[in-house]
Amino acid sequence: MFYREAGDFKTTYVEDSQTFPIKLDRWRYYAVLAIAFGVIPFLINDYWANAVFVPFLIYSIAAIGLNILVGYCGQVSLGTGGFMAVGAYACYKLMTAFPEVSILIHVLLAGGITAGVGLLFGLPSLRIKGFYLAVATLAAQFFLVWLFNKVPWFYNYSASGQISAPERTVLGHFVTGANTTASAKYLFCLVILVGLAWLARNLTRGTAGRKWMAIRDMDIAAEIIGVNPLTTKLSAFAISSFYIGVAGALFFSVYLGAVEVGEAFGIQKSFLILFMVIIGGLGSIFGSFAGAAFLVLLPVFLKNVLVGQFGWATDLAAHIELMIVGALIVIFLIAEPHGIAQLWKLAKEKLRLWPFPH
Amino acid sequence: MPDQLLFAMEVTLNGLMAGVMYSLVALGFVLIFKASGIFNYAQGVLALFAALTLVGFQDGQVPFAHLINAVFKTNLSTFGWHLPAIVAILLTAAVMVLLAIIIEKFVLKHLVNQPPIILFMATIGMAYFLEGLGDIMWGADIKKLDVGLPQGISETVESVTDSIFGYGFFIDNLDIVATVVAALLVLSLTLFSQYTKYGRALRAVADDHQAALSVGISLRFIWVLVWSIAGIVALVAGIMWGTKSGVQFSLSLIALKALPVLMLGGFTSIPGAIVGGLIIGVGEKLFEFTIGPMIGGATENWFAYVLALVFLVFRPQGLFGEKIIERV
Repeated sequence: MFYREAGDFKTTYVEDSQTFPIKLDRWRYYAVLAIAFGVIPFLINDYWANAVFVPFLIYSIAAIGLNILVGYCGQVSLGTGGFMAVGAYACYKLMTAFPEVSILIHVLLAGGITAGVGLLFGLPSLRIKGFYLAVATLAAQFFLVWLFNKVPWFYNYSASGQISAPERTVLGHFVTGANTTASAKYLFCLVILVGLAWLARNLTRGTAGRKWMAIRDMDIAAEIIGVNPLTTKLSAFAISSFYIGVAGALFFSVYLGAVEVGEAFGIQKSFLILFMVIIGGLGSIFGSFAGAAFLVLLPVFLKNVLVGQFGWATDLAAHIELMIVGALIVIFLIAEPHGIAQLWKLAKEKLRLWPFPH
Repeated sequence: MPDQLLFAMEVTLNGLMAGVMYSLVALGFVLIFKASGIFNYAQGVLALFAALTLVGFQDGQVPFAHLINAVFKTNLSTFGWHLPAIVAILLTAAVMVLLAIIIEKFVLKHLVNQPPIILFMATIGMAYFLEGLGDIMWGADIKKLDVGLPQGISETVESVTDSIFGYGFFIDNLDIVATVVAALLVLSLTLFSQYTKYGRALRAVADDHQAALSVGISLRFIWVLVWSIAGIVALVAGIMWGTKSGVQFSLSLIALKALPVLMLGGFTSIPGAIVGGLIIGVGEKLFEFTIGPMIGGATENWFAYVLALVFLVFRPQGLFGEKIIERV
């Protein structure tokens, strides 16, 4: 019924290998983009931007980044929070050092600096694997957070030890600081996200992505068929860190505005983004969006229902949220190790045949 | 002897004591890893959960009081009794065994044959669940745990060292107790695994799952057993840490501190857990004492990880771990 492919002929290889080969899928993708760019910016208010849309967009970037490393290349990292902090502090230093340069360039440069740091902490991955590596990335997490706490140069010797984003504009609209509008914040993040997601999608289905997946599936076998583990693993670390750094820079400058490193980029953040990737689907760009949306919306939903509807205390709601998130992780790993993305794929298969399954 | 040297010795001793505390947590990890190949991230939360339950039983708190009050608009808080420490400890041990059975039944059974990294992530999920459960059952406020262990500065050590060196060492009584308990724990675990029927079965499972199954060892029973033991080790760790710094959320973070200990000592070795703990304990205290003041202090947060990271680059299996052999 839905997803009818009859009559949808491909006459060139380019058409055959496009991201959305089914016509309905392609049109839905355009429709989502049109709504995201053309409708939501006019309807959005501060509550929706701050509670749902901006964190969703930023976490999506981070989740795509982590998914490249964990889902595509199979290198588990628990240092995401630390790398986001690198992005945030790099962005802050650049913003204060070169106030005349556009913030867009600063955000991307911050991503580049994070990529360098990621490369450095990716080096042990050549020797150690699996959860040994996961634990080793904890070193990055704790060391980086400590570094930004203790070295005053990073926070420009401010008395509070916090960093706060100065006001910057893009095309005449404020995107950071106190005078920003909800739609400007939203659009700024959306543009970056769409660009990066497009890039990630095309990276992962090209040579780079295939090499990552070969390393993920079995690194020794990949090495034997001629995949260079050094460049493959390190490129995954660098590109993943770039995304995470951009997410950190946006998280600090656009979303929060002022940041205390231990609070905003602690170990909890690393786990949160890892959960987004697991729940959404390892090795899937769509999964990164789904996971980010799920874990951004769940607390908002629970808070509205438990606190708003039933009038329970906020701390009780927070504990129930912990339990639900934990249980969901376990349930997903047992029932569907490939996450929401896989469920979506199965649903699509069903819809192709529905209502005549035979 | 010069004061500086004596001071360094005192720091080293305190580091050794702190290392024993890390080892206590690391022991639980090693047990589970050896028997099931699962890297149990939830070990720290198990310790927190055990300590919370112990305090709850001791003070006669009503479990889920907060939740019940919120749903039924009641005002419950305690049963109004105080259990003696030993009864509460036994009850908590029973709860930990029950928890092991539940974990096996609802989680592990369904994850047989999954890659280790999936199991690792499942234990992270369990850690979150247990953390929420512990908070809902017993409340999230910081609690004082007192099961009658001695606390404060040991005056004996101070007076003895004072008479020898002319300088009294400050050693916490609790740390001495922890050292003794850790030694007893390791001794009994070794005896258990070497000389009892179930201990042998446990080692068989650790060696080869399939071979163990084929000679009639019940894998599921062994898993329940090993998670129960790990739960009880977590209880011991929870008592020590809870007495030292109060029962609070940060207790679950000691699990993270135990990770570098394991990486140093090797994931499969009980002596490794002890030696690794001592190295980390002494290393971080001495580093903080010598280098720390130069670079801003609070190096204890990351020193252990960086040490383990550097170490792993040279010896990926840890000090006492089995050599990692990979085949295509």
